[in-house]
Amino acid sequence: MSADFLYGIEVIINGLMAGVLYALVALGFVLIFKASGIFNYAQGVMALFAALTLVGIMEGEVPFSHLINAIFGTEIHHFGWEVPALLAILLTLVVMIFFAWAVQHFVFRHLVGQEPIILFMATIGLAYFLEGIGDLMWGSDIKTLALGLPQGGSLWVEDMTSGLGGDDFYGFFIDKLDMVATVVAIVLVTGLILFAQYTKQGRAMRAVADDHQAALSVGISLNFIWVLVWSLAGLVALVAGIMWGAKSGVQFSLSLIALKALPVLMLGGFTSIPGAIVGGLIIGVGEKLFEYMIGPLVGGATENWFAYVLALIFLVFRPQGLFGEKIIERV
Amino acid sequence: MLYREAGDFKTSYEEDSQTFPIAFDRYRYWVVLAFAFLVVPFIINDYWANAIVVPFLIYAIAAIGLNILTGYCGQVSLGTGGFMAVGAYACYKLMTSFPDVSIVIHIILAGGITAAVGAAFGLPSLRIKGFYLAVATLAAQFFLVWLFNKVSWFYNYSASGQINAPERTVFGVPVTGPNTEAWAQYLICLVFVTVCAIVARNLTRGSLGRTWMSIRDMDIAAEIIGVNPLKAKLTAFAVSSFFIGIAGALFFAVYLGAVEVGEAFGIQKSFLVLFMIIIGGLGSIFGSFAGAAFLVVLPVVLKVIGVDLLGWPTDLVAHFQLVIVGALIMFFLIKEPHGLAQLWRLAKEKLRLWPFPY
Repeated sequence: MSADFLYGIEVIINGLMAGVLYALVALGFVLIFKASGIFNYAQGVMALFAALTLVGIMEGEVPFSHLINAIFGTEIHHFGWEVPALLAILLTLVVMIFFAWAVQHFVFRHLVGQEPIILFMATIGLAYFLEGIGDLMWGSDIKTLALGLPQGGSLWVEDMTSGLGGDDFYGFFIDKLDMVATVVAIVLVTGLILFAQYTKQGRAMRAVADDHQAALSVGISLNFIWVLVWSLAGLVALVAGIMWGAKSGVQFSLSLIALKALPVLMLGGFTSIPGAIVGGLIIGVGEKLFEYMIGPLVGGATENWFAYVLALIFLVFRPQGLFGEKIIERV
Repeated sequence: MLYREAGDFKTSYEEDSQTFPIAFDRYRYWVVLAFAFLVVPFIINDYWANAIVVPFLIYAIAAIGLNILTGYCGQVSLGTGGFMAVGAYACYKLMTSFPDVSIVIHIILAGGITAAVGAAFGLPSLRIKGFYLAVATLAAQFFLVWLFNKVSWFYNYSASGQINAPERTVFGVPVTGPNTEAWAQYLICLVFVTVCAIVARNLTRGSLGRTWMSIRDMDIAAEIIGVNPLKAKLTAFAVSSFFIGIAGALFFAVYLGAVEVGEAFGIQKSFLVLFMIIIGGLGSIFGSFAGAAFLVVLPVVLKVIGVDLLGWPTDLVAHFQLVIVGALIMFFLIKEPHGLAQLWRLAKEKLRLWPFPY
């Protein structure tokens, strides 16, 4: 096999790995959209906020320390202890569940029955709010997430595959972190599917997604389900935040990367969990391949827009996405 | 007492269908215009022009443009920043290619070019609706910014990748470039804002505006009563982009003078203008002004309070600004989905009946 061909395969594999991360963020969108019809733009910022909180708790930072210092002229910044990673993740989860409750209680409870586009704009406001709160709580400097996840290329894979090509080929370069992310994503998705299929709350969640009124009439509390769904989205955001954060540091651009989940959703359809995963993989592979093959001809950095344009062109031919429910319009 | 239709008898159709049916409103309108044109240029200084007045006027044009598309025609767009960039770069290319033509014509032509680009990106709106369209316009945003970054023809192969506005004059007074006086900057923006607002107001009152609104309220029903959705949506995209292009051209040529596309016309700008029309009021020209004023003044006020009065560090105040803007958006959507314009309308209703409650 020629080296070029093998490098092409390497690009595809890396694209698949990146796609898993996109799919992870997209999953959070789908969960909330299915259950409440809210298109949650803040999902990306939730990932950022979760990662910031995790780092802050692990390092024992004092929340709002900058604010407190500015008001009272004090010089506090750290409690002086370090929290083990597992406990910190649990504490962050508690914070995300509280956040889910607060969002439901203070914002979306008052917006029930509004047009979807109003809800969407409210989540944009929420994204700004959360970003500001995150910065106020933990400061806006770039943080490193030291969870002890493996980093760098995997030598083992490189050694195993170097024999495939000729002398120009040195084996596949695959980031260990991406492999971990893939495994975690698979576990998470399996867990979510099991939860939705076999638990009482999961069934209630699916019932709400099917029909609000019918769910209400059999005694399911919409409020509870919505808090639950936002909490699950918070969990997904936390996992996505950990993966992206370990990869490129916890910083504002994290929430922009999450914007990439939007074309993923368009491709897969807003209401389909398998759609989110397949869409993520297609976008991941597509943009890496496009950058590899066409990118050098047009000056590179095509990753910024390729996903959107692909989704746009795709939607013109199939407006409900790959797996979305057929859009039926009634007057 | 003064704010009444009573006693103001209309004797012709023109009078009956004028923009401001109440006499007090007409006087107010002329007083505001006279104040803006005859008083402000003499008292304005550099700080006020740069910090508040000029950005307010430019954002007002952009907000009017987006309001036509989103507020009147119901097509949510997140590509405003990209379209402003088209206006800015079109203006730059025209200014440098045809230095002898007046800048005013360049700015209008830049608007026209943006209208063509906007209509092209509006084509998918015939198939794609709602959220899907909002995300699709993100394609315009990211693609256009990338294009202006990568293709060096757009910035005349300059090494920095920036575009700089050369000096141009109107009636012998420089309006772009480093030698521009504050009042000249202000006046040229004011002229464009006034013309744009009048045009937009009358377009939305006329048959075109009514077709847009029918598409917004229910597109299928509109189609059945004979509105051509292709024409309505594309004209909305074109007219909206025309205004946004003019705003972009002014933003670059008159206000900033030098522009780096990713910084000046990034996705944040799209959201900023969207917030302006949400807070101001969807489907209202007055709302566009109110929203623009609000979001231009808010950071300045916060900065004055936070940095100058309380002595907090600037980044902390910037974070507070995010929190406050985000909270305000949610607050407005919950309490008053029709924005500041609705408050204004309510106030006027009350005023008409004053001193009686009903």
